[in-house]
Amino acid sequence: MSEQIHSLPADAMVLSDAEIAEIDAEIAHAPYRAAVAIDALKIIQAHRRWVSDECLEALAAYLEMPPAELEGIATFYNLIFRRPVGENVILVCNSVTCWIKGCEGIGAAVSQHLGIEPGETTADGRFTLLPITCLGACDRAPVMMVGEQKFEDVTVERIPAILDHGEGATPG
Amino acid sequence: MPVIKVDGKDYEVAEGGNLLESCLGLGLDLPYFCWHPAMGSIGACRQCAVVQYQNEEDTRGRIVMACMTPVTDGAIFDLSGERASGFRQTVVESLMVDHPHDCPVCAEGGECHLQDMTVMTGHRDRHYRGTKKTYRNQYLGPLIHHEMNRCITCYRCTRFYRDYAGGTDLAALAAHDHVYFGRHREGTLESPFAGNLVEVCPTGVFTDKSLVHDYTRKWDLQSAPSVCTSCGVGCNTLPGERYGRLKRIHNRYNPAVNGYFLCDRGRFGGTHVNAESRIDFPAQRDSEGRFQALTDEACARALRDRLQGKRLAGIGSPRAGAEANLLLQRLVGAENYASGMADDEHALMQRALAHLVNSTAHNPSLREIESADAVLLLGEDLTHTAARTALALRQAVRNEAHRLAEELRLAPWQDAAIRNLAQDRRSPLHVVCAGSTDLDDIAAGHYRLVAADQARLASDIAAIIRGEARSDGAAARIAADLLAAERPLVLSGPGAGSAALLDGAAAIAEALVAAGKAAMLSFTAAECNSMGQALLCRDSHIALAALASTDAEVLIILENDLLRRLPMASVEALRARIPTWIGIDCLENDTLARCDLVLPAAAFTETEATYINQEGRAQRAFPTHPPAEARRPAWRWLLDLARAAGDRTLSGIGHFDDIGVTLAGEDPLLQGIASAAPDHSFRSRGLKIPRQPHRYSGRTAMRADVSVHEPRQTDDADSALAFSMEGSATTDRPGALLSYVWSPGWNSNQSLHKFQSEIGGALRGEGSGLRLLDSLAVAAATPAPLPEAFSRREQEWLLQARHHLFGSDELSRLGSGIEALTGRAAIYLHPEDASRLGLEAGDGAVIAGAALEVRLDPSQVPGSAGFSTGYPETLALRSGEWVNIDVASDWQRQPELIGSDRGAAS
Amino acid sequence: MSELPLTRNVRPDRSPTDLAAYEANGGYQGLRRAMAGMSPADCLEVVKDSNLRGRGGAGFPTGMKWSFVPMENVSPGHKYLICNADEMEPGTFKDRMLLECDPHQLIEGMILAAYTIGADVAYIFIRAEYLKAARLLREAIAEAKIRNYLGHDILGSGYSLAMHVHASAGRYICGEETALISSLEGKRANPRAKPPFPQVSGLWGRPTIVNNVETLCNIPHIIERGPEWFASLGRGDDAGTKLFGVSGRVNNPGCWEMPMGTTIREILEDKAGGMVAGYGLKGFLPGGGSTDFLVEEHLDLPMEYETIGKAGSRMGTGTMIVLDDKTCPVGFVKNLIEFFAQESCGFCTPCRDGLPWNAQVLDDIEEGRGTPEDLDTLEQHISYIGAIGNTHCALAPGAMEPLQSALKYFREDFQRHIDGGACPYREAH
Ligand SMILES: Cc1cc2nc3c(=O)[nH]c(=O)nc-3n(C[C@H](O)[C@H](O)[C@H](O)COP(=O)(O)O)c2cc1C
Ligand code: SF4
Ligand code: FES
Repeated sequence: MSEQIHSLPADAMVLSDAEIAEIDAEIAHAPYRAAVAIDALKIIQAHRRWVSDECLEALAAYLEMPPAELEGIATFYNLIFRRPVGENVILVCNSVTCWIKGCEGIGAAVSQHLGIEPGETTADGRFTLLPITCLGACDRAPVMMVGEQKFEDVTVERIPAILDHGEGATPG
Repeated sequence: MPVIKVDGKDYEVAEGGNLLESCLGLGLDLPYFCWHPAMGSIGACRQCAVVQYQNEEDTRGRIVMACMTPVTDGAIFDLSGERASGFRQTVVESLMVDHPHDCPVCAEGGECHLQDMTVMTGHRDRHYRGTKKTYRNQYLGPLIHHEMNRCITCYRCTRFYRDYAGGTDLAALAAHDHVYFGRHREGTLESPFAGNLVEVCPTGVFTDKSLVHDYTRKWDLQSAPSVCTSCGVGCNTLPGERYGRLKRIHNRYNPAVNGYFLCDRGRFGGTHVNAESRIDFPAQRDSEGRFQALTDEACARALRDRLQGKRLAGIGSPRAGAEANLLLQRLVGAENYASGMADDEHALMQRALAHLVNSTAHNPSLREIESADAVLLLGEDLTHTAARTALALRQAVRNEAHRLAEELRLAPWQDAAIRNLAQDRRSPLHVVCAGSTDLDDIAAGHYRLVAADQARLASDIAAIIRGEARSDGAAARIAADLLAAERPLVLSGPGAGSAALLDGAAAIAEALVAAGKAAMLSFTAAECNSMGQALLCRDSHIALAALASTDAEVLIILENDLLRRLPMASVEALRARIPTWIGIDCLENDTLARCDLVLPAAAFTETEATYINQEGRAQRAFPTHPPAEARRPAWRWLLDLARAAGDRTLSGIGHFDDIGVTLAGEDPLLQGIASAAPDHSFRSRGLKIPRQPHRYSGRTAMRADVSVHEPRQTDDADSALAFSMEGSATTDRPGALLSYVWSPGWNSNQSLHKFQSEIGGALRGEGSGLRLLDSLAVAAATPAPLPEAFSRREQEWLLQARHHLFGSDELSRLGSGIEALTGRAAIYLHPEDASRLGLEAGDGAVIAGAALEVRLDPSQVPGSAGFSTGYPETLALRSGEWVNIDVASDWQRQPELIGSDRGAAS
Repeated sequence: MSELPLTRNVRPDRSPTDLAAYEANGGYQGLRRAMAGMSPADCLEVVKDSNLRGRGGAGFPTGMKWSFVPMENVSPGHKYLICNADEMEPGTFKDRMLLECDPHQLIEGMILAAYTIGADVAYIFIRAEYLKAARLLREAIAEAKIRNYLGHDILGSGYSLAMHVHASAGRYICGEETALISSLEGKRANPRAKPPFPQVSGLWGRPTIVNNVETLCNIPHIIERGPEWFASLGRGDDAGTKLFGVSGRVNNPGCWEMPMGTTIREILEDKAGGMVAGYGLKGFLPGGGSTDFLVEEHLDLPMEYETIGKAGSRMGTGTMIVLDDKTCPVGFVKNLIEFFAQESCGFCTPCRDGLPWNAQVLDDIEEGRGTPEDLDTLEQHISYIGAIGNTHCALAPGAMEPLQSALKYFREDFQRHIDGGACPYREAH
């Protein structure tokens, strides 16, 4: 990352200029700083893929809120990652229509292709596999996402092409 | 009053309440978890479910949560029918799905609300076949033990810790059935009220660490109504004892004072009574200066030898009870009796007393403080000088929320709804103090001024309210907020050391009354009986400084370490002047070390005593257990001294109540003290009141290692309480004699509602102490001159005392667990001042010979220096003095422990 | 064919409609009309008269909901409009189409709704995974601002409105309107007790209206064309059109706008093309994962709130999930309950601890470890968790609907699992 890292002695400010700028833009239309907690966590995650303890504490200081409360928020939501994830997070829908249409097989095929179980990250750091609830594209079940790309009518056979070349992607 | 029908019977209930509190108030057993009488309803646990019918024709009804259901006239409920009780049973069974079967090793066992509710609902057989979840626990500091597996997710902990007490480092983490209550990383819980989690948690997630390590079940604890002696608020407590050791302190409900909650100094500080440095036997210094223990006879002889025909002087104590002080005053004569407070503090307390008695503003109880809709706090870091009052202010600022709620007709118990509605809108609190305070987070304004400028600001505010002055600064803003309120409160105290400040506070309150406000005026007091001493000495007393020129031959020092009150040189001069010193105290200290004769006093858990709190409320404490060894209550020692001195009047006194009978006469103060609690002849249904619950076990075996013969239980001729489990423990016994709370099926402290006439209201047996100031006359104070405005000096710093909840108080700092939290005595400097001095945070600085740790605080007024008051290292430092600050050579920085190290260390 | 206002700008390739295309097709005419001469009270009257009911699942009359917002004597401060675009209920995929294909229609609807209730700030709360929709909405808001449909003094009317997109961080409970408000405040998304209703104390304690995407998309048309026209769109009692969707083993799964009162058979057979060859219809959830099963006998019922309610289910979101005869109903229900258990916010006991318990029982049955008593346990939980009011919010009762109706219609399937000690559908696959 080429962004300049702040290092203020008091709060061990580890947030980057770009992150701060984006967070400030959210704060501009919020009634108080802590109100943007979720947006800010997502901003940090967009830059770093996950939210480390260090970032969480720095962000709490920046938003003038207790770190425990920010942790309570971060750990409440499914898509805030408090552990490192790979470059691409694979979300395989496991809700009911996808289940009817065989998402268990899809998940297994991804696992097998990458050699990781759900919740794990590949050794090269490229992929993390996570189950996800209904992605709102049930008419095209089974559905999965890789990073920001959505894949519909997925079959076990398509998995290698999807993972290796992003074949058949539509924007998420 | 609305009439509701429950299980076919009509009941009249209080307007505006919810069904759960109405049912409990009616004596109906309805289980609950998340509701709390002081914290209201949120409807999370779903345990208090009942069936409500629309009307007589409605046969289906619907499940409603009693805690979330307002009682309205004609409402029909089914509490005990199959549907309601079946629902409640399934709720408990759901909660037990993951709850461990560890009651036998759980500190909560035997007083567990979850156990009680499980039995009450009738849940017995487990149907769930899955495995139980397990959690990792956190190290939460030396006071509180964490065991998350036992959690039933009622949210009470965070609601108390965060919503009620303003703590920030405990939160609900994660979601669904993984919700976890903890810190974002391990470490000591920061809230000074964290200890209440022990009582607020309905199961064993948060338990008292010192109890866990020195364990006794509630039913094996002997306890008696007591009063916290750790500050001037006078919270009511229930110490629990076994094997002569204080095991723990629980809250004792007093609707006018502490309600349901204590601060951690009070809860955990009391275990100083178990300290190694307790004195067990009377002792006399031999010719080589060593103390030799005395037998009873030898002691009596020694007393006679030393006292007969001698001129006596006495130093009382603001941390000793009123009776012992009174006896000493009578023994030596008022003109030879010093209150035992430092002279400047004594003068401040006299002034505070005079203002309280003479002001037209109301002197509020703690409960009334919670009703203030605007507060001005002058010169006190209240969380450290009167923590429980600070907690009351945290409720007072919520009155704006309650006002908003009223607009929407939301009942006050609709807790979450009201918080969501009000968000951060609060009633104004203005804090004027020498540095940052632990109430700044809820303050509308905070003003960092040294004491002199605080007094000047107060004087300006009063002038503005009187319409004599104008300004557009802080004074005007504060005045405007106070004038916009209906029940403004002005709160100050001796903490800043300024007489003019107290005058200013009184003047503001007076002006507010003149402006038509129901204004309140309150002052803190440093110690549990400081106000009692101000009262006792209201007509006559000798200053400590003046003692050095008396012709007394014997000085009797009651529970007082003079080195905390006087400069070392003055103590030495006094010692040189008066040939014989007799000291009565419970723990070794430097004053006792200077005495010729030392008498071991019973600690606060071992003696009957009346303490008078900052409000002027007389409250009686009873011994939890008889003192061990040759320890005796100070008042008994004083009677012995009187006998030895040949004092006829005092010699006639036999037991505790006789002190009042003999000495009170026409003095309304002494009459009040004497009637603070029912006397020794009181009987409940013809019986004494037991200190031990009826399940108290092992009495015959407890001392079997010493002797297999069970000793006779000590008689307590001095009170209506008995050191035994026999007697009458009815729920309508006087509040002052509430030795424990227990009711069939309600083994936890939640049984309290059985003792209340209404939820959160008076006790059925009444009695919440006796307010004394309303009926006393005290001369008005002559106004103190307004000090010059502060201006900094080049090379000197103005000292300003900083109080620490853990550390500034003499005895509580020795409580188990608290020693680990007092830290080093510190000096607080503005960062720029520090850099001028070449000091950084964590360095050592030398002030008047004391080496202190440097802490940087941008809120410290530049040119002034805060210091940790009351620490052994800082006893020589006085607020308001100008000092030099030097860099300490060979200073060892404190190593920083990380949480897990501390966990391992504990 | 009758008129289909909501999807008139939806193209077969689902490409987004930009501002120019939206305007060219009559867009922002409703807004122009209102700004030119309708008072908020006029707008409210029109919406009330239209009998529009909320499309988010509960079907509450929209005009009535708005009328609870205090218009006079309200203490000074903001009022808020929130569009609920969280769409996370399993089997629901209708709002995505409106968001991705015609963002300006939603924005116009929101401006009108905000104007009606006197809101000065509006939020679109959109689920985390709808990345494309969020991007399009942000672009559309920027476009609308340039044309002064949004921002200060809209079209010279004196009325001003700010609009923001808030992307969620993922949690189904955020779709519940009070949980959504908690989340929008930057907090944990725990639902709130009602009363007070958001209409008087919502976002940051201020009056707030939360409406579904589809509900709001109807508003411009209602304002422009009037309540009678809107009522005439429906075939029966319910006014307007509705997005209906079908997923599962049908030939042509998808989402279509059709008149209210269209029969289920028409939707399932004419639009969705009937069952895939080799699969029979066993049952279906008519309105998403938290509605009760209906079966073959209900196929000729019109999709109307009352009718579906009387049949023992709910219109819900109007997106059906089809259970075919080769898919195990126990597994189907277990999948749903696991979803709801995982998405419980963790606030109240029956939901937090009861749903996982049910999931465990269903797992035991599905894996052949079930006992006859397990059916009693499930029945007991249906009455324990399944009624509105037993839990703090509607998540848990919704979660129990598929289970409750599965036990009604497919009880012998459960029994066969228990009796046979295995899932009878496993071999069939
Ligand atoms: C658990 C739960 C999830 C919900 N999710 C959504 C959702 O994703 N979108 C939605 O519009 N409404 C959802 N709702 C309904 C909302 O609470 C609310 O009723 C709706 O947004 C109101 O809009 P309407 O009146 O326009 O229908 C959900 C309700 C519950 C109980
Ligand atoms: S939520 Fe109610 S329902 Fe539950 S106790 Fe708590 S008190 Fe009651
Ligand atoms: S979903 Fe959380 S309590 Fe209902």
